[in-house]
Amino acid sequence: MDFSFSPEQEALRREARAFLEENPQPTMDQLAQLGWVGILKSDEFTFLDAAVLFEELGRVLYEGPFVLNEVAAQPGDDVWSIEVDGFVPHLGQVDRVLTPDMQGSTAAGQVLTTVDETLGLGRLSTNGSEPATGEWSDVRRRLLAALALESVGIGSRALELAIEYAKEREQFGRRIGAYQAISHSLVDGYVAVELARSLAYWAAFCVAEEDELADVASAAAKSQASEAAVLACEKSIQAHGGIGFTWEHPLHRYYKRALWLEGALGYGREHRARVAAYLLPS
Amino acid sequence: MDLRDSADEAAFRQEVRDFIAQNLPDGSRVRGSRRFEDADREWSRKLGEAGYAGLTWPKEYGGAGAPYSHQGIFLEELARAEAPSHLGVIGLGMAGPTIMAWGSDEQKSRYLSKILTADEIWCQGFSEPGAGSDLAGVRTRIEDEGDHFLVNGQKVWSSFAHIADYCILVGLGLPDEPRYRNLTYVIADMHAPGVEVRPLVQITGHPEFNEIFFTDVQVPKENLLGEIGGGWQVAMTTLLHERGTLGFALAATLDVAVRKLVALASERGVSDPILRDRIACEWIELQALRYTNYRALTTLQKTGIPGPEGSISKLVWSENNQRLTKLALEILGSHAQLVNGGGGSDGYWQYQQLRSRGNTIEAGTSEILRNIVAERVLGLPRSR
Repeated sequence: MDFSFSPEQEALRREARAFLEENPQPTMDQLAQLGWVGILKSDEFTFLDAAVLFEELGRVLYEGPFVLNEVAAQPGDDVWSIEVDGFVPHLGQVDRVLTPDMQGSTAAGQVLTTVDETLGLGRLSTNGSEPATGEWSDVRRRLLAALALESVGIGSRALELAIEYAKEREQFGRRIGAYQAISHSLVDGYVAVELARSLAYWAAFCVAEEDELADVASAAAKSQASEAAVLACEKSIQAHGGIGFTWEHPLHRYYKRALWLEGALGYGREHRARVAAYLLPS
Repeated sequence: MDLRDSADEAAFRQEVRDFIAQNLPDGSRVRGSRRFEDADREWSRKLGEAGYAGLTWPKEYGGAGAPYSHQGIFLEELARAEAPSHLGVIGLGMAGPTIMAWGSDEQKSRYLSKILTADEIWCQGFSEPGAGSDLAGVRTRIEDEGDHFLVNGQKVWSSFAHIADYCILVGLGLPDEPRYRNLTYVIADMHAPGVEVRPLVQITGHPEFNEIFFTDVQVPKENLLGEIGGGWQVAMTTLLHERGTLGFALAATLDVAVRKLVALASERGVSDPILRDRIACEWIELQALRYTNYRALTTLQKTGIPGPEGSISKLVWSENNQRLTKLALEILGSHAQLVNGGGGSDGYWQYQQLRSRGNTIEAGTSEILRNIVAERVLGLPRSR
């Protein structure tokens, strides 16, 4: 039993974190130069390698189609997005769109205004489509795990911002992190994110190994991790006080992404209903 | 990353399963609640003989020197079989490691092996009526009388005290010194004159814990651990071990509880989507706790230091167990009031639910644990 990433995966994480700190919004070309594009199609890497990248991209609120393109894992050099619950993230940035009926369509349609302004959510117009490669159940499982990992990145970063702030901000002559009303709330956020992290890594392992529990694990991880990300953002906004409620502070962008993640492919209760069906088959 | 047992771990797991199947009579499986019986002593002795008592203890002290993963597997299998734990849990998890860290060679050879064989049972004398979370506020006197210590005071919430032979005892050794420099830590003989143990009946109606009264009890000078006035540091070693080795046992007992919950729901054909959602929640939370422990364990095996994730185990487990047991009562519905009234209600969940209220208090209240995580893991400023 070994629940840790390999030294190579840890090195990939360090490389990704350093690069993304300098370039939080890399282009697909830059990502291709790093060798990250097509990682799930390559025999050299597994879903656990991709998992490291998905989490790190979440931390920096990456705005591009990389994650969905990887999850779609379609042959060729086109950049793909995936239709999620009737809408297509990053519609304006991709060549093709994978739909749940496993058709590939030309990326054309109307880009909509959304709460999370970085999503580039669009509605696909009906135009020519042709059969895509693979099974939707596999795509869906990978997508749930990827969304869980992205949520972990979002949640941990939002919480770090609150911890940094609580160590510096003074009120009533003390740093606010010394007040248990603040510190215990942040501990609850930390606990939720760490539990979610364990589930997300478990799901990533199950997907990588095609484990028989992969469906249940990815459902469990996605529901818990996206809810933990929302919770962490809300606790972080509260701990920041007024500044956390401003447009100027980055927190609202983390929060809006977390809100999208929470609903993507269904809210928590829908995934828990699947878990319940596994535990209590009727 | 590989979450499956390695070949060595799988072999060890099978060995433990076989051992339990061959050595544990069905009748001695854990029931809802009880005091400790002679059967437990026999079972504990068997565990000691088979080398399972001090799995992670170093070989020089009679342990197996096994990796922490074996300890985790052992606890998982014990819980899965609903087998009683070794009677010496305080000795194995707290007194033993403290003696290894602070004890003299004489103390090590005198006490350690008898902990493993369950020939001597230990209890803990830390909490007092006036000192719960604030351990540094203990009032029990441990006075230096030249050729011995004289102990006077009252301890509370002491499991196993009614069958214990020895007590790890913290008290005021140097009352005039400032806090944290005034405590003394000794090994007290529970059979010495002046030691009285009274059962403490809990919210469940069962006397699982005890009060201990010390009246002019003489403790030999050679029973000191650490320095006179240095008891705080020794006590921290004890508490570190209390929390450090707990996670796996907790996840394993929660696993049993979740299985029983799912079985209950299945038996009752629960179709209410809200109940089903909450059952799924408990199962997911269990997986989260299990894999968080695995992460902490992997860090421990690779670095020798438990990962920070481990510090949340008890906090999470206690709240999960409280939620889960109440959910079970809700599934029982009107039968939840009956402790032996049929309808599938044998009092198990009723006992477990009431007992669970202690989970967020014992072994560090949730408030203290949140302080610890805030300060030591998140690095937030101290609250005091």
